[in-house]
Amino acid sequence: MSRPRLETCVGAIRMKNPVMVASGTFGYGPEYDGVVDMGRLGAIVVKGISLEPWEGNPPPRLVEVTGGLVNAIGLQNPGVDGFVREYMPFLRQKGVPVIVNIWGRSVEEYAEVAARFDGVAGVAGLELNISCPNIKEGGIAFGTDPGAAARVISAARKATKLTLIPKLSPNVPDIALFAKIAEDAGADAVSLINSIPAMVIDIETRRPALANTTGGLTGPAVHPVAVRLVWQAAKAVKIPVIGMGGISGAREAIEFMLAGASAVAVGTANFTDPSVTAAVIDGIEEYLVRKGVGDVRDIIGAVRA
Amino acid sequence: MNNMRLENAKVIEHKQFRNDYRLLVLECPGVGLAAKPGQFVHLRIPGQEPFILRRPFSIFKADDRTITLLYKKIGRGTTAMESIRDGDLISLLGPLGNGFPLDRKGIFPVVVGGGYGVAAMYLLAKQFPQPGAVFIGGRKADDILCVGDFEAMKWQVHLSTEDGSAGSKGLVTELLESWFAGDGAGRNVEIFACGPDGMLKAVTRQAEKRGLKAWISLDTHMGCGVGVCLACVCKTRDEKGNEQWGRVCKEGPVFECRRIVWSDDVPTKA
Repeated sequence: MSRPRLETCVGAIRMKNPVMVASGTFGYGPEYDGVVDMGRLGAIVVKGISLEPWEGNPPPRLVEVTGGLVNAIGLQNPGVDGFVREYMPFLRQKGVPVIVNIWGRSVEEYAEVAARFDGVAGVAGLELNISCPNIKEGGIAFGTDPGAAARVISAARKATKLTLIPKLSPNVPDIALFAKIAEDAGADAVSLINSIPAMVIDIETRRPALANTTGGLTGPAVHPVAVRLVWQAAKAVKIPVIGMGGISGAREAIEFMLAGASAVAVGTANFTDPSVTAAVIDGIEEYLVRKGVGDVRDIIGAVRA
Repeated sequence: MNNMRLENAKVIEHKQFRNDYRLLVLECPGVGLAAKPGQFVHLRIPGQEPFILRRPFSIFKADDRTITLLYKKIGRGTTAMESIRDGDLISLLGPLGNGFPLDRKGIFPVVVGGGYGVAAMYLLAKQFPQPGAVFIGGRKADDILCVGDFEAMKWQVHLSTEDGSAGSKGLVTELLESWFAGDGAGRNVEIFACGPDGMLKAVTRQAEKRGLKAWISLDTHMGCGVGVCLACVCKTRDEKGNEQWGRVCKEGPVFECRRIVWSDDVPTKA
């Protein structure tokens, strides 16, 4: 049998395989240069960008827990101009689609950031972060209120022609509702999940382990939660779903695709093993060969449920 | 392009050094050659699951074939390392971070090391054309490390312990203070330090008081180790006095001490 086809599409973004890196776990690209062959990735999703530079939360920002991490970085970033100036020249050379994760503190800010990226050479799409649990304004406040989600996605849609991918929060009672809101507001795809709101207490000091008190759980522990949410979201919409949350090998990535994801993103596992994405891509290909499937798109939503 | 590599390093030797201190010798030729004094490596600890983060270690010794780490069992990761055996393969990412400046000409180098922090200073000391003075401190005699390594390089060695079981009784920064008033007076000193935050903060205050440069290496919990996760930040100030969060793994772990904005929460004792 010839090698299976791994190409997939998300909106107007054509990817050589369904495996991307998740926002916040791969920086802006150059940090892993020399260790990760970025040219092999389906796409790169860079860390969240806001209109102006943002300093983020005080440390401690990260704590390790059983099967994962709880973080409250607080979206520290160099702002649109700083990012485009410092990192886009590097990213353009890599021959891989660049998806910029963006956020704002108001509907207007989200729209303005989206507009600023429209026409920036080398940017293929925007992931709209309406689900960060670690900032006071913006983020999850938009992702857990149906009206606010509709407004912010519509405003971003009007501001850009780029492939628009709202990133959904797991912290809602009905994920199908939010996926549908995104689709109706003109999104080209949805991605999920963002981190799960969480808290860790240091029992010696009786203080929260994070300076921000609460944070977001990521890593292997969240994977089954994410699979359930991806499955429910994918059933509710026709637009592609990007599955993420706790992928540490091909098995978890394939689960997302069987649940209905057209593409997947590897996040926290990059910290454990920077070469994990290559192993996930190879593992998906081996799985397709083993199962006699000629095209990766044939396993999207193929769960027998 | 970074000079870091991701290698499966073979364990040449893993043995107890003293009490909770252990030596780990790893075969990783590319990393050993590329490593600069003050840089670190990020190890994936075998058998650590379900915990997933790598652990950062400063490099004690390096040559064209191996690197040696001297570490103390202090937490979950270093406890899990007990199971490492000779011949095991360990995933190693490195060398990482900005090390010590190596262009300091005409200075009298003063190294200050607290506990296992002194192990991060050996490679630095070795590259100075002339010996300097090293101040090694710890809680008790067992925590005083690397004395022979510095003596072999003809460095002046000054020891202190908090309980007085080796060297002078008290903090290493108090010993340094009295040296400045005596033997150290009039020398063109630059300080290089690694140890607990309290010691580094005290060194910073001494350097500021005397108008000296001090290069300090911070020891923090890290996530990625390469600058993407933004977890291991400390408050820094640039030349204009603007403050921002600096990544210990990327901008550091070595900073000129005036770049660090010390929190009031860090006690100095001295």
